Amino acid sequence: MTEEKIRILIAKPGLDGHDRGAKVIARALRDAGMEVIYTGLRQTPEMVVEAALQEDVDAIGLSILSGAHMTLFPRTIELLRERGLDDILVFGGGIIPDQDVPELKRLGVRGIFGPGTSTDIIVDFIREEVRRYRAGEPRQ
Amino acid sequence: MSRFPTEQLAERVLDGDPRALARLISLVEDEAPSAREALATLYPHTGQAHLVGVTGAPGTGKSTLVNEIAKEYRRRGLTVGIIAVDPTSPFSGGAILGDRIRMRELAGDPGIFIRSMATRGSLGGLARATSDAVKVLDAAGFHRVLIETVGAGQAEVDIAKTAHTTIVVEAPGLGDDIQAIKAGILEIADVFAVNKADREGVDSTATALEMMLDLNGPESGKWRPPIVKTIALRGDGVPDLVEQLEAHYDHLQGSGLLVRKEEGRVHDELMTLIEHELTASLLDALAPGELDEWVRRVALREADPYTAVRELVSKANRE
Repeated sequence: MTEEKIRILIAKPGLDGHDRGAKVIARALRDAGMEVIYTGLRQTPEMVVEAALQEDVDAIGLSILSGAHMTLFPRTIELLRERGLDDILVFGGGIIPDQDVPELKRLGVRGIFGPGTSTDIIVDFIREEVRRYRAGEPRQ
Repeated sequence: MSRFPTEQLAERVLDGDPRALARLISLVEDEAPSAREALATLYPHTGQAHLVGVTGAPGTGKSTLVNEIAKEYRRRGLTVGIIAVDPTSPFSGGAILGDRIRMRELAGDPGIFIRSMATRGSLGGLARATSDAVKVLDAAGFHRVLIETVGAGQAEVDIAKTAHTTIVVEAPGLGDDIQAIKAGILEIADVFAVNKADREGVDSTATALEMMLDLNGPESGKWRPPIVKTIALRGDGVPDLVEQLEAHYDHLQGSGLLVRKEEGRVHDELMTLIEHELTASLLDALAPGELDEWVRRVALREADPYTAVRELVSKANRE
């Protein structure tokens, strides 16, 4: 058996059109040896969850700059739960005010990475989370 | 491992569980032993779907065309599985799989299943796991399976062995008529789509293809690949294209070619599996470091590659 590749969905839900951040992350994850399914702009949470299911991803990264993060993250997580996909790691980036971070983490968004975060930190975060999960270790 | 359980995966695929389908394709890609068992269970249920390959140079509009073909199939009440292949980086082993960007209109339709796949080092335009992933979709009951290759040059012709019907997508302005008579990708076309037909030069592209086909000479009863002009972004020409795909499949069935093609495909598949299996068992039989030792000696010109291989194989056979 060859190694299990890490597969990640990178999506931009909502209506803002700035996908540079999402592309930078996609590229960094590719360079770290991961398979990145990039779905592009204006995805609904329903589209994100369907793609995550069909692509059998380990993680979903959502980039949100529109200010709609308190709607889009909870909706995505709710849909994942409905479809029995709540074992997929969810993380996010974009413009997310500090005061919203605790609530998003409580809902199940496991990592929030604002502008200027080194891509190495995101790569390490995903690798460690996926390794722990595959080893059957509890999440922290 | 606590991930989605793998028991009864094949049975759940046959029951139409999309998550089981997705998981099994991952196991196939990772060459997991459990995937082989599941594929063995599914095999009797395969052979029902019409497998359609879509290939062509980067930027000719393959993904957009796949999107439109899938929509046309759905209008005809047919369900569609899609495998879209993109290249793996030879440097990092990672990949960006972006074909879904052009297929967003297909979202939310339970009659469609899209899977992106990285080549993982395979060079023929598909991944090694593609044909097994196609079998999984076939067994799951999809009426049509569309297989989109990587942006192909002239030699990525594996799709012709995997698909029943291969569409080669051309676009105006990609080359003169000498390009059209070179060997390779144009020879594998069962149907040509000249896409971006609203652009200048579409007629000369179509004419160059017609002339190439004329050089083959008239042969009665033989399939002459039709040339269909399409504008994938608007869906123009796509119903006609799908009509030709159906006609080609009817031709394969009516002429007995479908059976011959299937036997050819199975022959290649068995040969590949035999090579794989023999190589693995040979490498297993060698002592640790033995291969590296021969590599070193051949690199230093102390031995030649043929002698090295003969020694390695005969040693493995004695074990």
